[in-house]
Amino acid sequence: MAKMQQSYVRQEMVQDLPPPPASSGFVGWARRSLFSSISNSILTIVAALFVVWAGYHLFHFFILDAVFVAEDGSACKLKPGACWAFIWDRMDFFIYGFFPKDPYWASTDIFFVSAFMEYWRINVLFVIGLALLVPLLIPSVPGKLINALLFFIPFPILVIVLLNGGWFGLELVPTEKWGGLTVTLIIGLVGIVASLPIGIVLALGRQSKLPAIKTLCVVFIEIWRAVPLITVLFMASVMLPLFVPENMTIDKLLRALIGVALFNSAYMAEVVRGGLQALPRGQYEAASALGLNYWKSMGFIILPQALKHVIPGIVNTFIALFKDTSLVAIVGIFDLLRTVQNAAGNDLNWGAPTTSVTGYIFAAAMFWVFCFSMSRYSMFMERRLETGHKR
Amino acid sequence: MATQDVAPRRESPKTSFFNDPKVRGLLYQVIVIAALVVFVAFIWQNTLANLAKQNKTTGFDFLWDTSGFDVLFSLIPYDRSSYYYQALLVGLLNTGLVAVIGIVLATMLGFFVGVARLSNNWLVARLATIYIELFRNIPLLLQLFFWYFAVLKSMPGVKQSYAFFEAAFLNQRGFYVPAPLPSENFWIVVLSVVIAIGAVFYLRRRARIHLEATGNRMPVVLPAIGILIVLPALAWLLSGATLDWDLPQLKGFNYQGGLTLPPEFLALVFGLTIYTSAFIAEVVRAGINSVSHGQTEAAQSLGLKDGDRLRLVIIPQAMRVIIPPLTSQYLNLTKNSSLAAFIGFPELVSVFMGTTLNQTGRAIEVVAITMLIYLTLSLGTSAFMNWYNERVRLVER
Amino acid sequence: MSKRIVTIAVGAALAFTVQAAQADTLEDVKEKGYVQCGVTEGVPGFSNPDENNEWSGIEADYCMALAAAIFDDTSAVRYRPLTSTERFTALSSGEVDVLARTTTWTMSRDTQLGINFTGTYYYDGQGFMVRAADGITSALELSGAAVCIESGTTTELNAADYFETNGMDYNPVVFVQQDEVVKAYQDGRCDVYTTDSSAIAAERSKFADPSEHIILPEIISKEPLGPSVRQGDDTWLNINRWTLFAMINAEELGVTSENVDEMLGSDNPSIKRLLGVEGDFGTPMGLDKDWAYRIIKAVGNYGESYDRHIGPDTAIGLERGLNALWTKGGILYAPPIR
Repeated sequence: MAKMQQSYVRQEMVQDLPPPPASSGFVGWARRSLFSSISNSILTIVAALFVVWAGYHLFHFFILDAVFVAEDGSACKLKPGACWAFIWDRMDFFIYGFFPKDPYWASTDIFFVSAFMEYWRINVLFVIGLALLVPLLIPSVPGKLINALLFFIPFPILVIVLLNGGWFGLELVPTEKWGGLTVTLIIGLVGIVASLPIGIVLALGRQSKLPAIKTLCVVFIEIWRAVPLITVLFMASVMLPLFVPENMTIDKLLRALIGVALFNSAYMAEVVRGGLQALPRGQYEAASALGLNYWKSMGFIILPQALKHVIPGIVNTFIALFKDTSLVAIVGIFDLLRTVQNAAGNDLNWGAPTTSVTGYIFAAAMFWVFCFSMSRYSMFMERRLETGHKR
Repeated sequence: MATQDVAPRRESPKTSFFNDPKVRGLLYQVIVIAALVVFVAFIWQNTLANLAKQNKTTGFDFLWDTSGFDVLFSLIPYDRSSYYYQALLVGLLNTGLVAVIGIVLATMLGFFVGVARLSNNWLVARLATIYIELFRNIPLLLQLFFWYFAVLKSMPGVKQSYAFFEAAFLNQRGFYVPAPLPSENFWIVVLSVVIAIGAVFYLRRRARIHLEATGNRMPVVLPAIGILIVLPALAWLLSGATLDWDLPQLKGFNYQGGLTLPPEFLALVFGLTIYTSAFIAEVVRAGINSVSHGQTEAAQSLGLKDGDRLRLVIIPQAMRVIIPPLTSQYLNLTKNSSLAAFIGFPELVSVFMGTTLNQTGRAIEVVAITMLIYLTLSLGTSAFMNWYNERVRLVER
Repeated sequence: MSKRIVTIAVGAALAFTVQAAQADTLEDVKEKGYVQCGVTEGVPGFSNPDENNEWSGIEADYCMALAAAIFDDTSAVRYRPLTSTERFTALSSGEVDVLARTTTWTMSRDTQLGINFTGTYYYDGQGFMVRAADGITSALELSGAAVCIESGTTTELNAADYFETNGMDYNPVVFVQQDEVVKAYQDGRCDVYTTDSSAIAAERSKFADPSEHIILPEIISKEPLGPSVRQGDDTWLNINRWTLFAMINAEELGVTSENVDEMLGSDNPSIKRLLGVEGDFGTPMGLDKDWAYRIIKAVGNYGESYDRHIGPDTAIGLERGLNALWTKGGILYAPPIR
């Protein structure tokens, strides 16, 4: 059979035509996402003008008109921009507060130690804290349980021992000398370390079938969640001293810490409760079917799953807690914000119109870096968990 | 063996009394309650002992003592010869005022930014994202200080005030606006406006019912405008009521007369609005994202324009997801208004827990009252929002 | 296992932060090895920390004098900055042993808060500071002014009284923290800054250009600033009272930190009694015989302390005025040591 060579149908695909130039590349992108309609174009132009205007002023304030190196405030008085030299000069104070500067061991002859100030104690804690925290946050690193236990139990003890001193030949540093970023981080750390376990217990209590325990937990949680932190701090500052036996006093920082921990445990409890409720009933039933008692089923089956689910929620609560640490200034504790304010207001060397604005910007940037990275982390975990449970 | 064991157990459960879950549950509760009672008794005992030792007077009778201090901003008449309970009321009303204004503004701004973040316009969406991430991640207290101290500094002094038509003035001391001075029978005009608004709502409902029944539109806009103008105008003319304006005027140190919004108030409302709106924007975004994309497509296929699509199809459905977290944002805003103590606006915490506590030394009473008020506010709001939530939910099939 | 660790952790945390304050404050102080002193958050001349958290001022001197009398060591003091809100609670709960925080001695505080004032180290009065450019010369011209005040102080009540009495309006702008009060005044929020006139002078000294601000002549209140202690511990009360009296007596007798060693050989029986050469006035208070000698040696007499921190030669520059000795036209009058 003679085959007819027909070529109605192409045997090979033709190359795609390039898209019209107006719909591809930068032009196409700009058309689609900036100038898709008249109103959209107007919006874009207005927004662009705003960006240019703001960018111009910010660039001037932050860089062009700013003072980067200066001995004292007189240079900052001459320029309208930020006074970064002030931040640089008082950085020690912002990070370490009133922690003793004079080398305690300078009197001894160990010369290499005298090079350090008492600051080394805080620096060591920063390093250890990071070394424990980073692997804890990266999901693929093994040994989470040990890591978490180390971070939640021995580390806070180490913090207290090292900072407070008075033991092992360390100079005693009373809490009123603690300040700056150190105190902000301590409040954050203690807040999370104390509020998570209390929160878990409260959440379990709220889910309990025992009416008395359930009621107690509900009342506790709702009271703390209803009042502002500032009233809790006031309470910790003026009422707590009345609650303890006559001959006892509680350290001011510890009182604030107790207030912060109780306050946040109520929020933490609600986050954990969300995780408990999200678990399918089958998990509870499976746990009882295995013959596990309440604590075992909670400890081995329910909580590990529930807590994993609510990691983003826990991190978000922690962000809120971290921002709230700035309120402890009301009871006279020198946290990061208070040290910055104090230095900007009381340091005669740096009396310039821009010092306090620069100080606020610096403090804001510090808080922002911490909170923003935590919120990114929380989103990252959220995405990870989401894929893990999709069917 | 095993079967032998099982059979008798069924007849008479040999589980020891102590292992019975019911008994155990009861026991746990008794233990917890006993521990609580002991704990409370311990605190009570200590407190009594401490108070006795310190020779402090206690009780709520101080509320009826003369306060002796003045406040900056009050919605009710108050001066130094007023009583402490009036000071409490001043603080409470100021908290309420800040909360209400803050909630309204933050909701509007939050919805705007939330929608902008989802905009097709790349630049607008980016700006909205920057706004949210910037203001959400900086402590509110820091923002308040910034708005109050940094912005206050850049305001002009009294003599160089910004003037708006010689009627309103803005300077370091606040924002001065004319105050209305209604004549005694002015209430008739107010009443007529209320009636007119009611009538317009009635008209709109009628029109909608008509539209759903027949498919024909009834004219609404023109009659509504007519009612809104004619009715109050008639009432005004007939009653002869007058409305004068008390203009602020520069006298001595400052503008006198008119209404004054102190900078503390402005900074507080501004800071709360911006901070909370960043959170509300995220709530709104999550809500809108929760509405399935099919709804958008369906709305597009019906030929609805961008704005109408959002307003008529997407937002109403998103509201169900939005409302619970929105409620908690409202509560947060109300609680956060207590930071006013730092920037000198006399709201509840600053007037009562600050000044009153100090002048009277009644720590327990003052703290208890303040906490009780916040508890009531908070529980009341969540009760209302739960009720509203139920109502919205009913629409769902 | 982990539970036990938690218990230990909590125990450790409590062990050093919770400390027993015994009813006998002196015993307690001796046991601790330092005097816990409640001070301001920073008022130059009264109690003010420097960069290294070393405190100075007449209040800090007073605390050091206590430490000198008890331990013969002026460094045996710990300062606790207190806000005006928490100061009385801090004292009555035992968090501080003595409160020397520019606190006005008033009847209600003395009788209702469970504390006792032990004397007056500075006779103060409330004054007003305004900007020189406003051209104000008298407090009676302040009608309609915005006034910056620290919350919860006698100042707040005095201002209300004063404006009411003189039939003037004012706008009180009230902050919980002293720093904010001053800042708001500097930023132009207020026309007037009012507080004790000594504190006004102290704050003014911190301003970039003090000459732009003037202090009005009116003093509208009596503000005797004194240290206070908890009620019910008379020994401690006596130590505090007589520490101050010793400093004042020393000035009256011309004993200074420089000549105190020579004065040990003085023939004046009053000086002999003061310095413990004759008689023993320390032991009945639970102190040593040379308690006053130590104070004068380490801190100096009242006049020295005054001149060092707030006197005319300092940035604060306050004349002695009322605070001069009774022999020099003031009202400082300490009971005799005998």
